[in-house]
Amino acid sequence: MKLPARPCTVNGATADNSTSVNYVRDAVTDSTPARRRRRAFDWSTAVIAFLAFAAAATVYVRDGREHFLLILLGDVTLFGEMLPKVLAGCLIGAFVTLLLPREMVARWVGHESGFTGLLIAAFFGFLLPGGPITIYPVAGAFLVMGADAGAVVAFIVSWTLIGYTRALVWELPFFGSDFVIWRIVEALPLPIVAGLLARLVVRAGFEYRETSK
Amino acid sequence: MTLAINIFLWLAVSVLAFIAAMRGRSLFNEATRAGVMEFILLLPRIGVGVVGSGFVAEALPNEWIAPWIGPQSGFVGVVIATLGGALTPGGPVVGFSIGAAALKSGAGAPQVIAYSTAWALYAIHRLMIWEVPMMPARVVWLRAAVSLPLPFLAAILAMLAGRP
Repeated sequence: MKLPARPCTVNGATADNSTSVNYVRDAVTDSTPARRRRRAFDWSTAVIAFLAFAAAATVYVRDGREHFLLILLGDVTLFGEMLPKVLAGCLIGAFVTLLLPREMVARWVGHESGFTGLLIAAFFGFLLPGGPITIYPVAGAFLVMGADAGAVVAFIVSWTLIGYTRALVWELPFFGSDFVIWRIVEALPLPIVAGLLARLVVRAGFEYRETSK
Repeated sequence: MTLAINIFLWLAVSVLAFIAAMRGRSLFNEATRAGVMEFILLLPRIGVGVVGSGFVAEALPNEWIAPWIGPQSGFVGVVIATLGGALTPGGPVVGFSIGAAALKSGAGAPQVIAYSTAWALYAIHRLMIWEVPMMPARVVWLRAAVSLPLPFLAAILAMLAGRP
C-alpha cells in the first residue's frame, strides 16, 4: 500500500514514523477529526461571486429594478430556507466523525466479498452521513481491514451519489424534490457498476496494494 | 416537504448529540464547536452560490444554453456537460448552483445530471484536496478511472426514464 502524500492531514497529529498501515490505523482509531486550515472565502468562491455580481448587474440593467428585486427576494428566501438544514448537516457530520465506530463498520465490509460485499459497501455509503472528513478515513479503514478495491470504490461512489445527507442538505434546495429523487433513483445502480469495474481493472493486473512498503 | 426534512435532520442531530453527551461533556463540546465552525465557514459560499445562481440563470440567455446542453443536444450535450463538471472547482454549493442555474435557463435534465454526477465524482481539484491526502493514491486513481463512464450511464438512464 502506498503511503499517501501528506499523511498528517487525516487526524491533526503528525504521523512521523508510521508506515502506511500505522497511518491508516491511526485514522481508524483516532477520534480527532482533521484540522484542515480553511478560510471562509477562497478563490473558487471569488470566481462565483464575480459571476454572480456580473449576472446581477446584467439583470438590473436589462430588466429593470423591479425584476431585479423580485429575483433577489426569491434567492434570499431560498438562502434562509437552506440555513437550518445546512447547520444540521454540519452538526451531523461533526458528531458522526467523532462517534463513528470505524472499526466496526470496516469489519462488516472487510469480511464480505463477492457481490454481497459490494452491496454492503454501497449500503454503508448511502447510510453514513457526514462530509469528506468522515468518509475517506472510513474508506481507508476498509482497506486495512481487508476489503477489496471494488468495495471501497462502491462505498465512495455510493456516498457521493446517493448519500442522503448530501442530497437533503445541498441538492434539494437547489433542484427541488422531484428532480433529486429522479436523479437518485437513476444513480442507484452506479456504485455497484463502479465496484464491478474496479474489480475488473484489478483482475486485469492493476496493483493497488503495495505490499513491500 | 421542507419542514419534514428539517424535522428529520434535527432529529438526527438530537440523537447524535445525546449519544455524544452520554460519552462525555468534552466530546459533545468538541463536536458542537466543529459543526458550528464548519457552518460559519460555509455561510459566505452558500450565500454567494444561492443568490448567484438565481441571477446567473436569469442573465444567461436561453439561446446560449440550449444548443450546447439543451434537451435536444443529445449525447454531445452530455459529453460537454460531463467535461464541464470535471473542470468545475469548489465545494458543495458550486456544482449544484451551476447545475440549477443551467436547468432554469434551458439545459436538458439528463445533461444536468451528467454535469452534477461528473462534478461530484471527479472534479479534479477535489480529488487533489480530499482524496489523495486521505487514501492510498493508487486507490484514488482507480476510483476516478472507473468513475469516468458513470455520468454517461446516469444520463442514459435519465434519457430512458424520461422527465419526472
